[in-house]
Amino acid sequence: MAAYDPFTGPISRVAGDADPTEGPVNDTRLRGRRWWKEVGWRHVVGVVVIVYCLLPLLYVLSASLNPNGSLTGSNDLFSTVSFGNFTELFHRGYGQWAVNSLVICVVTAIGTVLMGAAAAYAFSRYRFRGRRGTLTGLLLVQMFPQMLAAVALFLLLLQLKDVFPVLGLNSIPGLIAVYLGGALGVNTFLLYGFFNTVPKELDEAARIDGASHGQIFWTIIMPLVTPILVVVGLLSFISTYGEFFIASTVLQSNNKFTLAIGLYQWASDERNAPWGLFAAGAVLAAIPVVLLFLFLQKYIVSGLTSGSVKG
Amino acid sequence: MTEQTLVPRPPDAGPGDGGGDAAAPRPTRGSRPESHARRFSPGWIAKLILVGVVDALGVYGIIAAAGVQSWWIVTFLVAALAAVNWAYFSRRAVPAKYLVPGLLFLLVYQLFVMAYTGYIAFTNYGDGHNSTKADAISAIETQNQERLPGSAAFPVAVVSRGDELGFAVVQDGQAELGTTDEPLAPADGATVQAGKVTAVPGWTVLSFADIAGRAQAVTALAVPVSDDASDGTLRTQNGSVAYVFSPVMQYDATTDTFTNAKTGATYTPDDHGNFVSAKGERLEPGWRVTVGWENFTSMFTDSRLSGIFLKVVLWTFAFAFLSVATTFFMGLFLALVFNDPRVRGRRVYRSLLILPYAFPGFLAALVWSGMLNAKFGFINDVLLGGANIDWLGDPWLAKLSVLGVNLWLGFPYMFLICTGALQSIPGDVMESARMDGAGAWRAFRSITLPLLMVTVAPLLISSFAFNFNNFTLIYLLTGGGPDFVGAPIPVGSTDILISMVYSVAFGTGSNDYGLASAVSILIFIVVGVISWIGFRRTRTLEEL
Repeated sequence: MAAYDPFTGPISRVAGDADPTEGPVNDTRLRGRRWWKEVGWRHVVGVVVIVYCLLPLLYVLSASLNPNGSLTGSNDLFSTVSFGNFTELFHRGYGQWAVNSLVICVVTAIGTVLMGAAAAYAFSRYRFRGRRGTLTGLLLVQMFPQMLAAVALFLLLLQLKDVFPVLGLNSIPGLIAVYLGGALGVNTFLLYGFFNTVPKELDEAARIDGASHGQIFWTIIMPLVTPILVVVGLLSFISTYGEFFIASTVLQSNNKFTLAIGLYQWASDERNAPWGLFAAGAVLAAIPVVLLFLFLQKYIVSGLTSGSVKG
Repeated sequence: MTEQTLVPRPPDAGPGDGGGDAAAPRPTRGSRPESHARRFSPGWIAKLILVGVVDALGVYGIIAAAGVQSWWIVTFLVAALAAVNWAYFSRRAVPAKYLVPGLLFLLVYQLFVMAYTGYIAFTNYGDGHNSTKADAISAIETQNQERLPGSAAFPVAVVSRGDELGFAVVQDGQAELGTTDEPLAPADGATVQAGKVTAVPGWTVLSFADIAGRAQAVTALAVPVSDDASDGTLRTQNGSVAYVFSPVMQYDATTDTFTNAKTGATYTPDDHGNFVSAKGERLEPGWRVTVGWENFTSMFTDSRLSGIFLKVVLWTFAFAFLSVATTFFMGLFLALVFNDPRVRGRRVYRSLLILPYAFPGFLAALVWSGMLNAKFGFINDVLLGGANIDWLGDPWLAKLSVLGVNLWLGFPYMFLICTGALQSIPGDVMESARMDGAGAWRAFRSITLPLLMVTVAPLLISSFAFNFNNFTLIYLLTGGGPDFVGAPIPVGSTDILISMVYSVAFGTGSNDYGLASAVSILIFIVVGVISWIGFRRTRTLEEL
């Protein structure tokens, strides 16, 4: 704990440090002007910042409860409260978008975890020709976001449409396959490091007992690394959930849209301006991600995600 | 790939069903654990089914790809199937069993598309140059057709099957039927009365009333006379008589030129994938050709593009740098403010401060774009008491808004990592600084900040790389706008390189895949350099 403060100098927490004229010797609390100078102003800063943080969130919540539906009508915060927008959502295709988003994110997350864990197992437990090269290659590849190649992805899917229509343009499995292409690059390193912390003696013991490599992987390693698998899966879920670039080039018809594309359509529709609908949809769409984030906070803060998880 | 297990097992520890293998005099190889392939366990059966499904899909793909003559796809599928079957049925390739699925996806959807981006960057792929030369030739022939004087006339029956329309005619005493996609071919079992087809099995012959009801579709219908597009097409104006329309533009394969049958002008192919006449007239569409470095040089030398491109590049760097700087300093400031144990309720502050970061970024950008709306937005209407500031429509205000919104989105992350880093700075270092007489600012400058940067600097670099490609924020907040006036591509003042790629490739009125890929390649280079700097700092590469 830093016991030194750049604003006010040494932090006087110890009784002996306090100025004896300020109060009883054994009372360490600060009072009056000194309290304002050293502690009180921090609360002022805190309150100001929290207003700044919460205002847009309260605004969208209020707009979602306002049946008026337009931008202007949403400016009186919480003037009316009704759930009309939320029921209306599901008559306008929102349910389909939510299902699409859920399917895409869940399948991508599971695929990412399985493929990443399998690759990490191979790198961590086996020494084979090309191992170092492949690892270095993965490290380099993960630096380049997939969307840099979005034009080529679009043209590839355009051609795949003739061969495997299910993997071509405007197809949800096609989009999932694209996302799975990024699975190894992004997560293998995270998993690799974690797999290395599982003692190899466990594998050896199992092997002596006659376990095959598959049994070691599924019944010994995987249960031990479950926490990191959960984290990787949830991070993958969150980033897929907010992905816009590739999804909007691949998916073209309204009933295939994800939440991100669908809500963008509503928010940018200036002619009909379904702002209340958008706000309601945004509130519902945000809830799962906010909860996941609060749950994952400590992993994100520890630098696991290197600043790039925000989607 | 050869496989060596980490620790060789004692030879006698093999599973019971090792059989002859364990007895073989191969001390290291024979001591490998049994794979599923040697016993009929549920795992083995599951593997067999999965590989079987993959093989079936692959073989289907090979046939389908051969059908449309995509030889690249055929080659890849054959190689991929061979790799999959080798990995899962060979007993030697244990690591491959775990790597193949992920690597295959990586190969197609990351490595291949990167290489393909590199290729497209050297072509003129895009509107007007979407396909091959053969496609362009037949498109030019079918699009430029006229009824030549004295061309043959046929009594025609308009036939339909569902939504599909076709013509049935009698040619040389033989009933023939064709549609837009299928040239005329003999129609078996058709009934002919007085030189006109009256019934075809599987098709409905339209009555006059039907034809009148679908007049537009009928007059637009052009049925090729044969497989060769230069033979022309059958068209009808009245639904009862069809004429052969011949191409006005006639292609001569020997000289590789088009000749206009009416004016006699010849069009020769140029090196940009177009047929061009001596007078400089171009025939559309063209076809895809490689154009060398043209896409790259045009960004710097084409006077209409270079100014825009330079502005976008400068703004991209400015945006990424300022985003990191503003979020970092605000985060650091708040971390210092709340890093005082005497402040009560720090947990409450912390959990409220993290909310903007937890809120999905794409939604935040959209909500802010509504709040910043010039006429009806919350900021102008309520906070500024009805002001009329064009936050997203003015080039400089739009830039400011983008940075402001990104500050809202990004400072909680910086706050969290700075708090973590501050708390890991040992107290005795501070103690000794104080002993040596350092003042508050001096101790912060010389002790806290350097120690903080050790932990935070790599994260700042990756934050820079992330913001460099922060497409979602820019596109959903401003759409890159306000657009540059008179620009040949739909790009605006807040566009960064990656959103410029999107606009150039998929924007309205512009589909220039070649130029978009060239810009992507430049981003690749910048990201590569940033990552290289990051690697040098963290020395990750040495720890493999």
